[in-house]
Amino acid sequence: MSSLSIPHLLGLHGVPRSDLELILDSTDTFLEILDRPIKKVPTLQGVTVVNLFFENSTRTRISFELAERRLSADVVNFSASTSSVKKGETLLDTARNIEAMKVDIVVMRHAAAGSVKFLSERCTSRFLNAGDGAHEHPTQALLDMVSIRQKTGTLEGLNVCIVGDIAHSRVARSNIYGLLTMGANVGVCGPASMIPYRLEELGVRVFTTIEAALDWSDVINVLRIQLERDAGADFPSLREYHNAYGVTRRRLDTLSKDLIILHPGPINRGVEIESEVADGPSSVILPQVTNGVAIRMAVLYLIGTRAE
Amino acid sequence: MTRFLLKHARIVDPVSGLDAQHDLLISDGTIERIGADLSDTHAETVDLTGNIITPGFCDMHVHFREPGQEHKEDIASGVAAAAAGGFTAVACMPNTDPPIDTAAVVSFIFAKAAGLPVDVHPIGAITKGRKGESIAPMIELRDAGVVGFSDDGSPVHNTKLLRTALEYASMLNLPLIQHAEDPFLFAGGAMNESLVSTELGLPPISRLSEDAVVQRDLLFTEYVGGCYHLAHMSTVGAADAVRAAKARGLRVTSEVAPHHFTLTDEVVRGFDSNVKMNPPLRTADDVRAMKEALRDGTADAIATDHAPHAGFEKEVEFVYAPFGIVGLETAVGLAFTELVQDGWLTLPQLIEKFSTNPRRILRLPELRIAEGMAANLTFLDPAVKWTVDAATFRSKSRNTPFHGRTLTGRAVGIFNNGMLVLSR
Repeated sequence: MSSLSIPHLLGLHGVPRSDLELILDSTDTFLEILDRPIKKVPTLQGVTVVNLFFENSTRTRISFELAERRLSADVVNFSASTSSVKKGETLLDTARNIEAMKVDIVVMRHAAAGSVKFLSERCTSRFLNAGDGAHEHPTQALLDMVSIRQKTGTLEGLNVCIVGDIAHSRVARSNIYGLLTMGANVGVCGPASMIPYRLEELGVRVFTTIEAALDWSDVINVLRIQLERDAGADFPSLREYHNAYGVTRRRLDTLSKDLIILHPGPINRGVEIESEVADGPSSVILPQVTNGVAIRMAVLYLIGTRAE
Repeated sequence: MTRFLLKHARIVDPVSGLDAQHDLLISDGTIERIGADLSDTHAETVDLTGNIITPGFCDMHVHFREPGQEHKEDIASGVAAAAAGGFTAVACMPNTDPPIDTAAVVSFIFAKAAGLPVDVHPIGAITKGRKGESIAPMIELRDAGVVGFSDDGSPVHNTKLLRTALEYASMLNLPLIQHAEDPFLFAGGAMNESLVSTELGLPPISRLSEDAVVQRDLLFTEYVGGCYHLAHMSTVGAADAVRAAKARGLRVTSEVAPHHFTLTDEVVRGFDSNVKMNPPLRTADDVRAMKEALRDGTADAIATDHAPHAGFEKEVEFVYAPFGIVGLETAVGLAFTELVQDGWLTLPQLIEKFSTNPRRILRLPELRIAEGMAANLTFLDPAVKWTVDAATFRSKSRNTPFHGRTLTGRAVGIFNNGMLVLSR
């Protein structure tokens, strides 16, 4: 295998296509390991990984931890539901402590955009961004891309539309950057108040009706409405949102094609997506979870074994 | 008797119409003689070959943090930074703790600044406690010596209060200095709303936050006949509104901070909190609009919005970092480099923006370089190339985005209150 050009995975913005292809292609190897009776390889033996989660997370943290353990890394978990600043210790002090503990890889989630980059510039450890504010969530986008590729064989020329609260979504941003680099056409769909300023200048199509978005798309990636991020001020009610933008069987049945349906989870059934669709044959929501472990193994392997 | 002989400088005073290579003899703080080849064996002689002597510069917008946050800056360190930056006068904003909303705090500041080479002029709060709820004792503050009123750091958003404050300020013939920001549009924002904020996922501050408040305030100013000064103007829209208001004859003035005519929000991509200030860095169109506003007189003054913060406060996640940068020790260098070198301003215009106009807005006595006048002077080296090194700042704080930047031209000293401060 060749190696990555990037020392950290802070986001997909500006990451060259060769790196993305290397990660996506490596994932098959790790998917194969996950199908073995003994799902463990010694690849990262002796490597210490800390999962530094300043923001609540269950699935992403578990997915990373499984990936780390299956690569035989030594794993330490650090969780703080509130920010370090509010606890009195600054992020920089936290970073210096980690540095002193001789950690090789830091997997980090934080509510503040740019905070992973901030620490990566002040530590010698390798950093993997597990979500920073509304900025990026690169491994989620990578697992989304793998999941699409498994169904279609390629991302080139596909019409992929992200539906929901784009403005507050790090998943949307990482998907936009990664998919555009891989040659896909990217659309977003949601009420105008949830579309960030001048987004179309990134080369993204903007839809404000779900019908137009579904008509255009080969793949849709449905986002959860993030009520905890004050999205509540941007739209009138969940009921109206569901009526106007919910992905329903009835809406899909009007199409003369089968869409591939992704959702990064957790799902709000009956809001952004109907149960029948989430559990239906077009949904790749559960394969996404499996792919998540494999892609994180691939990224940990590629970052962890990359020569200085 | 203390005497100083300043030799070989070019003396430029637009008010007196003076632009000549002369020597200048100061006796007990007063200009005794201006002429060619002066000599005085009792005077301390300073060779200012290649330098320019101008009327003393005035920064009408600084935060000196005393009382209350002396770990960031105090009046003595702020004055040292001002002197090093070429300023003989500053106007300090009232967002201290306690705020400058009583005569007692005004007196405290005057007492702290007494005997220093830089004149420190307090600005009084518009509302009690800067809370935006009820008007501060503006007559009492005027009597104590404030040079204007502002809730800077916060806007006056209540329109009834705004009207009352404008009426009071106008009655007292002092400027109402507005921090133009809409609290609802601003809420939670960390950077200018642009393609950059969209890409970075940082909470955006729309330019509407500034533009809408400026438009509203100008309506009030026209109706009341008030005297309004727009602090730290940063948008195309605000500049257009002020230009139009001036054309209609309103008593409106404005200031621009050096970072707003130098940097765009593209620099936020590095997530360095030293580029986080309020108003935020805007776009290239706005930067150009600020230069045009300075050139055509829409912007009357260059003011730094000097906002010191300790390293441990600033070196945190971008969204949690406080707004503001220090500016006193880089302002003149940036103005020379970005405005004079590039032909946006002539030297006399630069002197207007740094001295004549801010002093006029604050109703400070007009300065002239003439025999018999008090020596209130700034010394400039227009040609020196230098690199900004935050470690050498006299300010207690180092929060600057200009560390490592090479500039052409700087202030090299001041003379004021009988004291010579050289910073070459």
